[in-house]
Amino acid sequence: MNDLFHNAAPNATRTAPPLAPPRTYPPQKPTQVYLFGTCVVDLFYPEAGMDSIRLLEREGIRVHFPQAQSCCGQPAYTSGYTEEARAVARTQLALFAEPWPVVVPSGSCAGMLRHHYAELFADEPDTLRQVRDLAERTYELAEFLLHVCQVDYQDRGAPTKVALHTSCSARREMQTHLHGRALLGQLQAVERVDHDHESECCGFGGTFSVRMPDISGAMVADKTRALQDSGAAQVLTADCGCLMNINGALEKQRAALRGEHLASFLWRRIGGAV
Amino acid sequence: MNEMLKIPLTDINAAPPFKTRARQALGDDQLRRNFRTAMDSLMTKRLASMSDADERERLRELGNRTRARALSKLPELLERLEANLKRNGVQVHWAETTAEANAIVQQIAERHAAKLLIKGKSMVSEEMDMNHVLGAQGIDCLESDMGEYIIQLAGEKPSHIIMPAIHLNRQQVGTLFHEHLAEPYTTDVDELIQTGRRVLRQKFFEADIGISGVNFAVAETGTLLLVENEGNGRMSTTVPPVHIAVTGIEKVVENLRDVVPLLSLLTRSALGQPITTYVNMISGPRKAEELDGPREVHLVLLDNGRSQAFADSELRQTLNCIRCGACMNHCPVYTRIGGHAYGEVYPGPIGAIITPHLVGLEQAPDHPSASSLCGACGEVCPVKIPIPALLRRLREENVKAPNAEPHLLRGQGSKFSARERWTWHAWQNLYTSPLLYRGFSYLATRFGRFTPGQLGPWTEHHSAPRPAARSLHELARDHLEKRP
Amino acid sequence: MSARDNILAKLRGSLQGTQPLADTFDEALVTEPWRYPPAERVARLRTLMETVHTETHLTTAADWPALVERVLAERGLDQLLIAPGTPHGACLVERWQGDGSPRWKAYDRPVEEWKAELFNDTPASLTGTLGALASTGSLVLWPDRQEPRLMSLVPPLHIALLRASTVVDNFYELQQQHRWQDGMPTNALLISGPSKTADIEQVLAYGAHGPKDLVVLIVEDE
Repeated sequence: MNDLFHNAAPNATRTAPPLAPPRTYPPQKPTQVYLFGTCVVDLFYPEAGMDSIRLLEREGIRVHFPQAQSCCGQPAYTSGYTEEARAVARTQLALFAEPWPVVVPSGSCAGMLRHHYAELFADEPDTLRQVRDLAERTYELAEFLLHVCQVDYQDRGAPTKVALHTSCSARREMQTHLHGRALLGQLQAVERVDHDHESECCGFGGTFSVRMPDISGAMVADKTRALQDSGAAQVLTADCGCLMNINGALEKQRAALRGEHLASFLWRRIGGAV
Repeated sequence: MNEMLKIPLTDINAAPPFKTRARQALGDDQLRRNFRTAMDSLMTKRLASMSDADERERLRELGNRTRARALSKLPELLERLEANLKRNGVQVHWAETTAEANAIVQQIAERHAAKLLIKGKSMVSEEMDMNHVLGAQGIDCLESDMGEYIIQLAGEKPSHIIMPAIHLNRQQVGTLFHEHLAEPYTTDVDELIQTGRRVLRQKFFEADIGISGVNFAVAETGTLLLVENEGNGRMSTTVPPVHIAVTGIEKVVENLRDVVPLLSLLTRSALGQPITTYVNMISGPRKAEELDGPREVHLVLLDNGRSQAFADSELRQTLNCIRCGACMNHCPVYTRIGGHAYGEVYPGPIGAIITPHLVGLEQAPDHPSASSLCGACGEVCPVKIPIPALLRRLREENVKAPNAEPHLLRGQGSKFSARERWTWHAWQNLYTSPLLYRGFSYLATRFGRFTPGQLGPWTEHHSAPRPAARSLHELARDHLEKRP
Repeated sequence: MSARDNILAKLRGSLQGTQPLADTFDEALVTEPWRYPPAERVARLRTLMETVHTETHLTTAADWPALVERVLAERGLDQLLIAPGTPHGACLVERWQGDGSPRWKAYDRPVEEWKAELFNDTPASLTGTLGALASTGSLVLWPDRQEPRLMSLVPPLHIALLRASTVVDNFYELQQQHRWQDGMPTNALLISGPSKTADIEQVLAYGAHGPKDLVVLIVEDE
């Protein structure tokens, strides 16, 4: 954090970090990666995690899943319980010691590791080194498939229309919407349709959805309305927080439309058999 | 805060005033429609005027640095501003509280036996609740910005910092003019504006004192810069014999040239305009050889809690704000609940981060939580205030124990809940212990079918989530163990 | 301790041990995107002004007085507030001697002495300008004794005389050209169109409080 200041005084006036150059990707696919599954995927969408592993293995990559992993700490962090978030984050840091990429099937969790761990450990220079190293090799799944594996998918499915919802942090911190669109663009029989106010938040915001249920409910009502009006047969998203929010609302509305994790959709479309 | 504080237990599901107002607003179809249409239009206009992404992002960065530089030398710049204003013949006053600021204005008004003050647009005067405070002393304050005038007739507060009457439709304005001004009822916007023009023109003519805000106060030259589209600002600051400008202590910029990028950012971010109709740069009262302009010009510099934000280097960034309104234009929460639901002078994202300093967290405990942290605001802020980070920080201050050290903010711990703290601590224990977590996830997956159908606020709008039959930990272990 | 002392003390206390940030003003960023070939400057100015309902005309030193007469006649007006002490004012005074000429009057005494007339019986004014900005379509005015502040604000029609050679590219250039940082007049103005508002349902309406009508006569003098 100190390099955000023009002088070392902790109370110095801060300026925004300078415009970062676009991320560079390793020229070659790695042979080993870690998968950071995320807490929501772990308990609610484990198949999305498995499909992520399958997609990576299909590229000849050996996936490691440290069993001691649990959560990136974001729910506590955004709620203002910083100490608790830091404690959980610290335990995750120790699990990804090898210099392998860490692939995350969720843009918001990837963003937490890549951008916010540095804030959590701003006052611990030694830990900060470890954090920076981890951040450097953290990738959201779609980003990794597209830019590091340089996949070129062949679509084996029947023609269909899909809508893509990208979580806010994935969009703003990781440009996941662009990566998701590019991957879907590779699938010849898939037509991606826009939905109204596509870049607007679905209303999940972690604990926001339970702290401010009325406002959150209004947001997800608009989002599900827009998705249904888009003409898509299916909703895809690379973030399971949003997925839980959107699917939960669609189910409550008894709508026909459902959402699926992008990884599962890709795996199925390219003919992955399990 | 010297007394022993009782630690309040706050139920996460309680409905304090903000949530009640929000719920009411969410059910108001006209409000939802008006705001949705208006915000969509403003977002489109902004983007159209800032279509070169490279220029836009570099200008935002320059805007951030320019504001940060001013803040990094704020006391010096305020002194320089004061010295140059005084040299130019402007009288400078300082006020720590809104009560002091109102007293200063009242004193000037009484000295001139003023009965009518006419106001250009000033959000700081809203902080002061000037109209009410002075009105109670028999000094009438009349709004002259069309939007402010309309809501003053309606007895309402502004619902947006740039477009105060955005929540009203033309039928409502027509009715207001018909009832208050004895005008024939019309919904023709041109006719309504001409009525406003006619009525207020007489008031500019009669007013004893003109009140304005300040967009940028330039230390280098001792200049007050004001922007507007209507002309009421120029009227208010030129016709009456006395002009009083009120502003926050953070509005000073170092050099005249600093105004160039900030002005461009302001008008394009606010309304998608390359510039406003008028940019009015005032550097003094009427000189001996001049024929019009006020004979007295005053500037009131108001703190009102800004120094609290200033004291913390992270929260100090709140004071970068140039009051463009882009954050609220892009906010999915503000769009759905409108400005009044926030119940304070400044709504939307900027409202959420500045209000705790102006009135204390205890007065607006829900403001920091009224956000999904989507980041749309931070993405468009022309001076790159890291709004989501500041909201998160304010949440942290809100859930601290009220007497925890360091005690930086008034109202610290307004959302302190021993029960919630305990819950997160339990979460921490669970998620830092692989053994405990494994046990927990076993229970969650094996007994997931017993998840109740009603899960508090979640199931108001969602079906209850059910854990999968086996966790990813288990599936991954099985799968990866089978590998050669 | 006064409020001033208290406020400054708090602010200083918060900055203890810090250094002020360096000045990173970026001249290129505020000028390069806003530079135009000289031949395009006036055209861009006109386009921007006309977009916000300003009436603009290209004219010459010889023709502009007749143009003023035409502007007034088209609106059924027969009087104009001018500044006889300026070259353009003097020109009109000399021209408008005979019958049938528009009546002129001067803003030549403190506003208090004739405020009602200014507000109620002065339908139009003509002023000069210091220059204009092509980047934003803005006139630059420095009101003075000859052409006081209210002259370009109160009459519902404001006619502005602009010499084409005084049109510059952007605001920074203007500030530098006239060295504004060395000293500002009582009042300096950028005027970019007739008065307007969108406060009712975001519907644009002209003539809120300032002039409803802005006519710019661009005198080609290069």
